Amino acid sequence: MVSQTRVRPSTQELERLAREGRWHVINTVAKSKAGHIGGPLSAMDLLVSLYFDELDIDPGSPVKEDRDRFILSKGHCAIGLYSVLALRGYFPVEELATFDHGDSRLQGHPDMKLTPGIDASSGSLGQGLSAGAGMALGAKQLGRDFHTWVMLGDGEIEEGMVWEAVYSARRFGLDNLTAIIDLNGLQQYGWPAGSPGDRFDRSNPWAGVDLDAVFTGFGWNTIVIDGHDFDAIRAAYAEAKSNRGSGKPTVILANTTKGKGISFTEGTYIWHNGVATEEQLRLAAAELAQIDSIEGAA
Amino acid sequence: MSRAQREVWGATMVELAASDPRIVVLDGDLATSTKADTFADAYPDRFFEIGIAEQNMVGMAFGLSTLGFRPWLSSFGVFFTHRALDSVRMLLAQTDAPVRIAASYTGLLNGSSGKTHQDIEDLAIMRAMPGMTVIAPADAAEARAAMIWAADHDGPVYLRLARDAVSDVFGDDHVFTPGAVLTLREGGDVTLVSTGVQTSRVLAAAELLAADGVEAKVVHVPSIKPLDGGALLETLRGDAPVITIEEHSVIGGLGGLVAELVTSSDLGMRVTRLGLADGWSESAPNDFLLDKYGLSPVRVAEQVRAKLSVLAPVRS
Repeated sequence: MVSQTRVRPSTQELERLAREGRWHVINTVAKSKAGHIGGPLSAMDLLVSLYFDELDIDPGSPVKEDRDRFILSKGHCAIGLYSVLALRGYFPVEELATFDHGDSRLQGHPDMKLTPGIDASSGSLGQGLSAGAGMALGAKQLGRDFHTWVMLGDGEIEEGMVWEAVYSARRFGLDNLTAIIDLNGLQQYGWPAGSPGDRFDRSNPWAGVDLDAVFTGFGWNTIVIDGHDFDAIRAAYAEAKSNRGSGKPTVILANTTKGKGISFTEGTYIWHNGVATEEQLRLAAAELAQIDSIEGAA
Repeated sequence: MSRAQREVWGATMVELAASDPRIVVLDGDLATSTKADTFADAYPDRFFEIGIAEQNMVGMAFGLSTLGFRPWLSSFGVFFTHRALDSVRMLLAQTDAPVRIAASYTGLLNGSSGKTHQDIEDLAIMRAMPGMTVIAPADAAEARAAMIWAADHDGPVYLRLARDAVSDVFGDDHVFTPGAVLTLREGGDVTLVSTGVQTSRVLAAAELLAADGVEAKVVHVPSIKPLDGGALLETLRGDAPVITIEEHSVIGGLGGLVAELVTSSDLGMRVTRLGLADGWSESAPNDFLLDKYGLSPVRVAEQVRAKLSVLAPVRS
């Protein structure tokens, strides 16, 4: 039995890949004239860490039987995942330019029937954790060793179906399942300040709710991290897998900034989706150290 | 001898699982009603009690199917076609997942549970969904035959099952053929088209009509989707008026399907749609419901006679 030693990327390398991924998000959406920005950017460090540092996968063999599974339950952040898949080698980076175009493999929401590297279609929020729970249950049933990861948004987990899956995952002892919640604190619109029922902070849909305690109460392992700290992300992923055998699924509550990495998209719901102007693209390229890309593209 | 479809479903699951290790059953805490408990007793390690969480049941079945399992889902029809519809659409139909929905307690007769649990819109909803196979078997034998076919089908299947037994239509050697249209009785005065367990009652109605000298052709459409539309139209060709009858809303189900086909054809005939008028029903014993809502053999025969007496001569 030959065990493959994976060379793990340095934190600097992950940071560089995340900058490149963020550039592909804003640039691709600008070229396609439509798409989401804030969520893909808040999730980028978590995604890059998964695909370059954690997942046991082979881009040359996307449906390898014992690959780790990943489901982007917040499917509207597809361009973030596509950017990382392209950088990881699932398809050419140039193909990102077809995003949201007719006849493209890169649909507005992930489609497992079309795109290499997509383990589950998603787009209607709240369904991915159930799909992941089914995969994790199946793995246990078959005695397979792979791990299943599901990323959800903090707005998404308002959906009731999520909590059906949270309940079931514990009942079935799915310690081979990890949920990553991208807590960027902002939804598409949320609750306008001053509107009836606006009793809490607009910048946090879960204000007044202790999510850590909620998941703990459901019998899950919980890990709270800064979702932009690569060392913390790496440690959280390792801890999630070390919990195998406990019978408990793990949730990583990752505190993030919506629109992270580009000054004008950070921390505002306005950039939930949006199309950057040429001037904004130039600024983003400079901030992401991708100025060569925009010069080359111009 | 007549058996309930749910009884034969539980027994057939055990039979199929013996030779197909891919089969697992997921239940929404209704196993004693749907008879999934028969399977749970036989294969406890292949039976997953998901609890009262139908959306999650569909999602987990999808996840299992990606690993090569062939999950069958057990609950009442309403909880699939209403409560969990988005999961069915997204995770099963849009992905071609080989998951089988055993929708029990469909139609009006659900053990006096009333309108909350009566699935009278399922055929309309499910047949409009791309990628979904929709089967409404007439009796226990056809339910079993459809299950045997569905077990090897590569996409999602919606199987419409009834709680209570009806008079047998088919023998145990019946084979289900997707798309096929079955003429069960010949007759030149009127053509009655039915689906699901209502077909059994329509056959009984045809006997009542025959006693009055009215010869009815009875056409059974178990495969709502896919359907050999050309074959169905051929059975309707001629001078006999066409009447559809279903234990389902008159909107969008079998009647809608036949009307769509006829209006797109060269037949140019009228189609009368019998079934449940656009409204909610109630909780009551089966005989009361069948009588009040016009689905019993006597009431079907009555309505057919009434239609025949007012219908203008029909050109083919």
